[in-house]
Amino acid sequence: MTETGMVESLIYTKPGSLMPIGTHYCPGCTHGIAHRLIAEVLDEMGLREITIGVAPVGCAVFAYNYFNTDFAEAAHGRAPAMATGIKRLNPGKLVFTYQGDGDLAAIGAAEILHVAARGENITVVFINNAVFGMTGGQMAPTTLPGQRTTSSPTGRDVETQGFPMKMCEVLSQLDGSAYIVRRSLHDVANIRRSKKALRTAFAAQQQGLGFTMVELLSTCPTNWGMKADEALHWVETHMIPAYPLGDYRVHPAVHEPRGGDRSK
Amino acid sequence: MTKEMLEGNVAFAEAAVRAGCEAYFGYPITPQTEALEHMSRRLPELGRVFLQAESEVAAINMVYGAASAGARVMTSSSSPGVSLMMEGLSYIAGSEVPVVLVDVMRGGPGLGNIAPSQGDYNQIVKGGGHGDYRPIVLAPATVQELIDLTYEAFDLAEKYRCITIVLADGNLGQMMEPAELPPMRPVRRVEDRPAWALTGAKGRAPNAISSIYIDPAEEEVFNRKLQAKQAEIEAREVRTRELCLDDAELAVVAFGTAGRIAQSAVKTAREAGVRVGLLRPISLYPYPYQRIRELASQVKGMLVVEMNSGQMLDDVRLAVEGRVPIRFYGRMGGMVPMPDEVHDEILALQASLSQLASPREVAQ
Repeated sequence: MTETGMVESLIYTKPGSLMPIGTHYCPGCTHGIAHRLIAEVLDEMGLREITIGVAPVGCAVFAYNYFNTDFAEAAHGRAPAMATGIKRLNPGKLVFTYQGDGDLAAIGAAEILHVAARGENITVVFINNAVFGMTGGQMAPTTLPGQRTTSSPTGRDVETQGFPMKMCEVLSQLDGSAYIVRRSLHDVANIRRSKKALRTAFAAQQQGLGFTMVELLSTCPTNWGMKADEALHWVETHMIPAYPLGDYRVHPAVHEPRGGDRSK
Repeated sequence: MTKEMLEGNVAFAEAAVRAGCEAYFGYPITPQTEALEHMSRRLPELGRVFLQAESEVAAINMVYGAASAGARVMTSSSSPGVSLMMEGLSYIAGSEVPVVLVDVMRGGPGLGNIAPSQGDYNQIVKGGGHGDYRPIVLAPATVQELIDLTYEAFDLAEKYRCITIVLADGNLGQMMEPAELPPMRPVRRVEDRPAWALTGAKGRAPNAISSIYIDPAEEEVFNRKLQAKQAEIEAREVRTRELCLDDAELAVVAFGTAGRIAQSAVKTAREAGVRVGLLRPISLYPYPYQRIRELASQVKGMLVVEMNSGQMLDDVRLAVEGRVPIRFYGRMGGMVPMPDEVHDEILALQASLSQLASPREVAQ
């Protein structure tokens, strides 16, 4: 009982699928939000004890420290191949990879293409912040035309450095893909939509429908040289026009969860 | 059990099946593709996992994932494919998950050719991938040994939570000869997978399979632990095959196919009255330094025969420490030495020693 006579009701706690420790992520980075959304969904779906995650090389290399689930640390770009081996030998488990844009779209381009083509029954959480974060802000395959990075100091020139890789657009063309969607983490409404997509992807994996991927447009204030709120705004003004949000491939048997982030 | 005519590649694949291998991930490459083809038929019919990967890079990482799940898994490849697997092998070593690899060596460097060679010795035996680690390396010389060593490789890998590599060559992979297959072992039940395996954290703290130690002090502690494990392997797992060494004045040292050819040459020389014997290392890591050191105090000279430029020769020199002259005969590029060539080298070693007042190296 409180002084006002109201019964206290705890409505917001750390998900059981996250370890009770802090993360190393930079202030304003949305990795923390993405981690929390995954953990909330695992909690709500009762999947924590059957989940095996695969961490990337990059900023999320320590993801295995943060999730209260079994976890593997893959070589750079190879998480989809490693997840394939894990899933094939643990067909009843929920297997997901967590990969950044350098990991997934550059060095791991072959592995992500083929895991989708095989219809491997795993989920990929794809964090797209248009830059290599861990190594200090170099150009990624997803860097926008004209975007300045430490290795495109005058802005990405498509004449010499090529065009951004649009992975949802690419992977949705492959028949093994069951659920390929792009969401964003730049505001509350989009965070809720992102969580719903993660839930749908995990549910589709449990249904055995094939390859599922949720791309999450994310921030990198440190390497973008912006304040946190500026970075969130930049996602909205610059990234979403280049990477339109939406559903790129949805298997007819996929069931969208009702409600949103609080559905049980 | 009766002997049957078996092709080497099919034989080691079937030996793996019988050893309880639950999954094979691979990519076609000559001269070992028949192993992948055999697995594509056998494993599914037994309800196990076969998957043809998009590359050797993916294949070894699938193996890494499956091994992380505590399953008994393997891949096989040939020299250029094994080079592509080195990244994954280093991670596997760093994560201490048990994995079996069969390398059916071919001529190189580069694309080379598909003829038998032993040119991968340094890469395979000395580690191969980045960082401080050594896999256990076993070198068969017959289809029967290829079967037996592959069958046992899984136990060794699991015993030490390490990589065990069976180092064969295109000759062994492609040849057919009579051999006996081992009995079929049951596949381990999922609930009997090791406690460290990734199987879902039900009723226990989460498991992590990782090779990252960002703190140098922690990384060094881990490296020391790996080295201690390797010291244990070096103490326990040295294996050789020996022929006519008891009274030998000359010793031939050769492994795998080169060792088999040398065996013929040693027998011929013995019949002609030359007191020569053969030491054939079975374990290339751990290497039989001690046994060769003993031989160096017994014989007057040694001949090393390899199907490369003299990669194992360095290890023989390390063991001999200059105490007796060492002659080397190597063929490269997929050329296979003939027994009479090795026989001539034995006679040349003998002749050179008789002309020497004091021991020194006859040829490098």
